[in-house]
Amino acid sequence: MTLLFELIKQLIIAAVLLGFIAVNAMFLIWLERRLCARFQVRIGPNRVGFQGCLQPIADMIKLLQKENIVPKDSDQLIHLLAPIVVFTAAFMAYLSLPFGPKLIALDMDMGILYIFAVTTLSVIGILMAGWGSNNKYSLLGGMRSVAQIISYEIPLVLSIFGVIMLSNTLRLPGIVESQKGFFGWYIFQQPLAFVIYIIAATAELNRAPFDIPEAESELTAGYHTEYSGMRFGIFFLAEFTSMFMVSALAVCLFLGGWQGFGILPAPLWFIGKCYAVIFLLIWFRWTFPRLRVDQLMAFGWKILTPLAFLNILVTGLLISVK
Amino acid sequence: MKYEIEKDIMTDNYYLNMGPQHPSTHGVLRLVLRLDGETVLDAVPDLGYLHRGMEKIAESRTYSQFLPFVDRIDYIAALLNEHGYCLAVEKLLGVTVPARAEYIRVIVAELNRIASHIVWYGPFAMDLGAITPFLYAFREREMILDMLESVSGQRLTFAYMRIGGVRQDLPEGFIEKARAFCKYLKPKIDEYETLLTENAIFLKRTKGVGILSGEAAINYGCTGPVLRGSGVKYDIRKNSPYSVYPELEFDIPTGTVGDTWDRYKVRLEEMRQSARIIEQALEKLPSGPIMAEVPKIIKPAPGEAYGRAESSRGEIGFFVVSDGTQYPVRLKIRTGSFSNLSALRDLVKGLKIADVVAVLGSIDIVLGEVDR
Repeated sequence: MTLLFELIKQLIIAAVLLGFIAVNAMFLIWLERRLCARFQVRIGPNRVGFQGCLQPIADMIKLLQKENIVPKDSDQLIHLLAPIVVFTAAFMAYLSLPFGPKLIALDMDMGILYIFAVTTLSVIGILMAGWGSNNKYSLLGGMRSVAQIISYEIPLVLSIFGVIMLSNTLRLPGIVESQKGFFGWYIFQQPLAFVIYIIAATAELNRAPFDIPEAESELTAGYHTEYSGMRFGIFFLAEFTSMFMVSALAVCLFLGGWQGFGILPAPLWFIGKCYAVIFLLIWFRWTFPRLRVDQLMAFGWKILTPLAFLNILVTGLLISVK
Repeated sequence: MKYEIEKDIMTDNYYLNMGPQHPSTHGVLRLVLRLDGETVLDAVPDLGYLHRGMEKIAESRTYSQFLPFVDRIDYIAALLNEHGYCLAVEKLLGVTVPARAEYIRVIVAELNRIASHIVWYGPFAMDLGAITPFLYAFREREMILDMLESVSGQRLTFAYMRIGGVRQDLPEGFIEKARAFCKYLKPKIDEYETLLTENAIFLKRTKGVGILSGEAAINYGCTGPVLRGSGVKYDIRKNSPYSVYPELEFDIPTGTVGDTWDRYKVRLEEMRQSARIIEQALEKLPSGPIMAEVPKIIKPAPGEAYGRAESSRGEIGFFVVSDGTQYPVRLKIRTGSFSNLSALRDLVKGLKIADVVAVLGSIDIVLGEVDR
């Protein structure tokens, strides 16, 4: 009986999270299109619904209706599984995101470690997509992506060491609670770490200026060149899912998580801050040109990683002096 | 046995087929890339996907009938092509074009040059991954096209110039509009520069990438911004003056190193110079007829003539041979893009795939002009 109860509970949690992800992705699609239009002196979609708010739904219906084209000589099973793997990896991280003081699906002692562990799995999905498509552009995109994500994983994880050292915990709610008041946010104590985190996270997301794996002008669409219809849609969904996840992590680690200053409830503060970070990511994307693959690697290994180490050293020294 | 298999594992070069359907080959260029990982060992352009037999078509058209075809050689700088063609036929006929027509030609041609450079600027930024500059630039292009539409009735393939002059006079209010536009454009070009020029990523992607020495550029027969980007000060408007260009003041921007960045800077500066030319031409615009006395049926005396103009992509030249009938016996078209493209193979050897796109973008080809 308890087993059944537990199962139902987990299903409900999964459904709630999935629902949030779907609504969030739709909102982000609308937000990104409208914002990019503003950056580009355009108006953007404003015909479907109020200010184009139903545009993502129209897009989704279109994607669902499209034919799923599978290349003839592709590795069918891998081709089919790849988008699912990419999405699942991004989705699993939501399990330990604290939306509010008690609003967390699973409060793990090592929540942050868990998030980094599962999100890295998306690399496998991307490589599967690149390999399974039997297309040289896809393969190049997949390989670029793996090289990129692995190199940027290191500065990304190193950049949060400072925060962990300050807060003395790997529990995400614990980290949030240790940031008291506006000036207690770790962004003020760890500004360098925040910058490294945002840069490395943008690279993790494969978004411009680090969108090398799907570089449109070089590799047509990189690893998802051969995907159509809803399978392409799932890659898209995964991108927005991890975009929110990365921003949520930035908010938890550096921007005080759900803590706010007004009458607004905690989850709203949390989501609002996430969208502020997402706005930054969108802004990057529509402003910068793209780096070249070797420059990207050099930047990650020769600049970001040493800086992250330096940050740890300085933080450690300051803590021991205190 | 196992040992031997492991010994057999090796890396190999492979071929990547870039185009003819590819977002950054600017039309239907096909590049056969031989790659070692991401490094380009060789890049062989495969042409001819847009070959329409323009030179052969000319042999069965009268001189005036061929004019609209000229528009479609380089459809982005149609008026500059027309100018070259008219110069060739007028030379053959021995016609002098009235002063007003010459000035109008220069005004519309320079407007078209700016529009053409805008069509280069946007996609070039796009090739490097920055999508926003494209839309900024096309905002101004729209204004130019509106103006040219008011002059000629068309927005892309104008068919506005005639052998001996231009089709119709400038519409009312055009001069003020053009003057206002030139004034408006200059800060906008500065805006384009803010978007890219000093951006660290942009500099990394373009500085020192695809260096074409001045000597190599001359040997390849490069002309236009590609040649000038390599530091060679050569512009047909100055070196072999035609129309009323000698009466107008303008500078020829040149690069120093000949890399992608230099070619980029040269084009942006050329847009400023074009605006300067237009302003002067509007100032000096004389009154008078817009067409010379040209017979209805053009039958040049047997002979040959070569007319050349500075297009936005280099020298556009028409070599016309007449045998006294109303059809040319032979018409040879020399285009800038074709010669400029031939330098690509040397430029991209040893670079990365991403650089191929950047260098190709900086050469600025129009496939209609390459294949004809």
